[in-house]
Amino acid sequence: MKYIKFIISLTITALLVYALNTNLGQAPPFGKFLNPFTGFWQNGESLKNYSDATYNLPGLKEEVTVYFDERLVPHVFAKNDDDLYYMQGYLTAKYRLWQMEIQTHNAAGRVSEIVGEKALEVDRLQRRIGMGYGAENAEAYISKDPQSKQLIKAYCDGVNAYISALSPKDYPVEYKLLDYAPEAWTPIKVGLLLKNMANMLSVFEYDIENHNFISKYGEEAFRQLYPDFIADEDPIIPKNTSWGFDGKATTNLDGSPSDSTMKVTALNTRPKDLIKNALTKPDEITGSNNWAVSGSKTVSGKPILCNDPHLRLSLPSIWYEMHLVSPGMNVYGATLPGSPAVIIGFNDSIAWGVTNGGRDVRDWYTVKFKDESKSEYEVNGQWLKTTKKAEVYGVRGKANIVDTVLYTKYGPVVFDDNFGTADSKRNLAMSWTAHLPSNEFKTFYLMNRAKNYDDYLAALETYTCPAQNFVFASRSGDIAIKEQGRFPIREKQSEQGKFLSDGSNDADSWQTFIPAAFNPTVKNPERGFVSSANQHPTDSTYPYYYPGVGVYENYRNRRINELLSDSNKIDVAFMKRMQNDNFNLHAKEALPVLLALLDETKLNVQEKKMLTALRAWDFFNEANAEAPVYFEIWWNELRKMLWDEMLDKQYPLKQPNFYVTVKFLRDDSASVFYDVQATPTKETRAHIVLQSFLNIKDTLARKSFTEVSEPYGNDETIVKNDLDATNWGKYKDTKIAHLAGLDPFSSLHVINGGNLGVVNATNSTNGPSWRMIVDFGDMQGYVVYPGGQSGNPGSKFYNSMVDSWAKGEYYTTQFGGTPDAVKSKLFTSKFVPKK
Amino acid sequence: MKNFLFSLILIALLSFVTQLFLPWWVVAPIAFLVALLFKQSGFAAFLSGFLAIFLLWVVYAFTLSSANDHLLAGKVTELLKQLTGGGVTGLLVFTGLVGGLVAGFAALTGRMTMQMLDK
Repeated sequence: MKYIKFIISLTITALLVYALNTNLGQAPPFGKFLNPFTGFWQNGESLKNYSDATYNLPGLKEEVTVYFDERLVPHVFAKNDDDLYYMQGYLTAKYRLWQMEIQTHNAAGRVSEIVGEKALEVDRLQRRIGMGYGAENAEAYISKDPQSKQLIKAYCDGVNAYISALSPKDYPVEYKLLDYAPEAWTPIKVGLLLKNMANMLSVFEYDIENHNFISKYGEEAFRQLYPDFIADEDPIIPKNTSWGFDGKATTNLDGSPSDSTMKVTALNTRPKDLIKNALTKPDEITGSNNWAVSGSKTVSGKPILCNDPHLRLSLPSIWYEMHLVSPGMNVYGATLPGSPAVIIGFNDSIAWGVTNGGRDVRDWYTVKFKDESKSEYEVNGQWLKTTKKAEVYGVRGKANIVDTVLYTKYGPVVFDDNFGTADSKRNLAMSWTAHLPSNEFKTFYLMNRAKNYDDYLAALETYTCPAQNFVFASRSGDIAIKEQGRFPIREKQSEQGKFLSDGSNDADSWQTFIPAAFNPTVKNPERGFVSSANQHPTDSTYPYYYPGVGVYENYRNRRINELLSDSNKIDVAFMKRMQNDNFNLHAKEALPVLLALLDETKLNVQEKKMLTALRAWDFFNEANAEAPVYFEIWWNELRKMLWDEMLDKQYPLKQPNFYVTVKFLRDDSASVFYDVQATPTKETRAHIVLQSFLNIKDTLARKSFTEVSEPYGNDETIVKNDLDATNWGKYKDTKIAHLAGLDPFSSLHVINGGNLGVVNATNSTNGPSWRMIVDFGDMQGYVVYPGGQSGNPGSKFYNSMVDSWAKGEYYTTQFGGTPDAVKSKLFTSKFVPKK
Repeated sequence: MKNFLFSLILIALLSFVTQLFLPWWVVAPIAFLVALLFKQSGFAAFLSGFLAIFLLWVVYAFTLSSANDHLLAGKVTELLKQLTGGGVTGLLVFTGLVGGLVAGFAALTGRMTMQMLDK
């Protein structure tokens, strides 16, 4: 009996220890996670104790002093560049370690190492589109530039100095929840972060969707619904700007100048069958605004520059705000956690900001293999060898999985019989500028130190992907904007790169690129301002061809340009109002069209009330307004009926954009697209306009609404619950989600105005991720972002700025060349070399 | 009673010191070893181990969390709502139970070992 008791007791103890120390299913290992010595309780930061301290760090050359201001923004004063980037790495790791690592794991296709099999398909996709391949190419190229290599290494050393001093109790809480440990930071990871950005921003191409549409509905319908240019275009480079070049100059793949244009004429011989596989595109609201006005239009007589990049909002915050000072440099702005230098910001001479260029830089080719070994593929009647890369996935709790990705002259074969829709026989290879060697770090290194317009242009020279519209202003009075990126030269006649190409003939492959000097740019235009909001970079006179299908936005830019044109008394307060402007130009143009088509006699009393609210609407998507709720649902329901053809789950298609849709509804009285395919009756325009209006009430009564993530028929959908019919802010219900999707670590129910197509481009998941106004009158920045400086959910600085952001309030930066500029110091940290 | 109190205090004390540099499950061998030293009933041994770690963990967790104004504990409570029933108190009790049960059973095993050897 004693023995049995002993054995039972021992067994229970052993099982308990095992179970509580192991990651079982979704739950964290409770013993590890809950014990107060190393578990999550250690992550709750003391809210009161901020004290000055001195730290010894191995690898530092000289003393570095960091002043943290009241928002926990570090003001770093270093005596040399190595130490500066070392400290940037160290501090970023200290406040954002989990975030920077999970983002690189995601980019590298390694999330299944942490969460197991459920992430495997996402991981495979990341590797098949060549994220790691691109990062490796970038890293190899950067290594050829000794200075870049050295400073990136200094940054990594700083990150690793922080990581190596950690014991498990110090790990960010997410590591404890998911039960794993941080690994060393490397230059490859810096590259992966940039590829992660490229994968959000340089993916707006619709080769497969366009191919499917034109194959299914013919060319006439394609031209009508997917035009390259629209009539109301207000391009980034003002219309009728003379270019001064003819579109003949090119650069080779390695960036060296070339005097030849396209060696062969592109064919665009297209396969005839419909294609089942296409990559899901990000929400169209992924975009941005930037503008700069010259002193002639401001109260102070000095330029003001503004920027707000719109991204999927997340916590920990996308950006980490920093002030970096070293001999020859004094720069302030938003940094990307895990990557050195300031990405968007200003120094004491210039300011710059970015919006997404969005130009098509990704093309698709069918690949014909010789046999099942896939060792050779056909190009111009010859068999070329594929390069095989075995991708190994360390799936947590399972054996490793190997997936071979084949590389062709075009790029990786993303879809084949191992990946994508199983019954698709098409092998599809992808060319993407994100795969090409490049050194974006150098751009930001130079920009952070730029003194004038020439320095700005020189900094942009090496920037390739994701293409951005870099806005610029200088203290000395210049303003400028340039769309910078590496763009393949496309043959206009065949509309090269707009559709899926036949890879067995390489005439459609990329041969040359547009020289950086001939990318669209304008300096000190007569109108006194420059701006961009993801619209067309140029009018149709630009000498190089680029596809314009569905990539470009048509509303924010016109609103911004109107506001800037109308005022010559611009100050910071004006800019604050502008960045938070909720005027819905799309609604202003769409609503009259819809109202004219609506048969009011069919409406009951309640519906007539909605109609009255819509008629009285001033087109501002304010948080407390009622009409935008009705308009939003009406518009979404209408598009679901009108473009139901594009919701084809089998063959990916793209919905026409909002602008084209409004024009179509206004001008096309009878079209096959008005018919709703799911119903036996034949619907007309008037019918679906009425029916979608009647659906508003039902949608609100259901208190739930499925929004087609816009405007891609094959994209994921957002389901909203608990709709409030009388309040746009509550209806929109913005959520700033934690990167692991944990609601308690997210900011839920953030109430503000805005929408897709509105300058304040906030919808339920996306929005301005960083608002910045730089005034050269008082040489300060006015900034805010929807989050906080700390990535720790147990810190009061985790989401401390969300409320201010939602209200449209700003913080004045404490910028200057000396520590005195930091007026409200929370604490000071001294870092000295460890002997 | 004296043995009970001695073993409780000794388990708590040794666990506090060792957990500063060893993994959390060190409470099991400690409770086991301490239970070898003090003669008491199996139930008392279990209770001494259980209470020692329950109290140690709850008090320390509460101290840490108070300085944080329970900001993080509140969020973790939401994450583990199904287990803790909500509320920081629930999370503290759950934390104490996790450590307490391990130490309790380890102490009981220690006691059983002695009984087995005693004949």
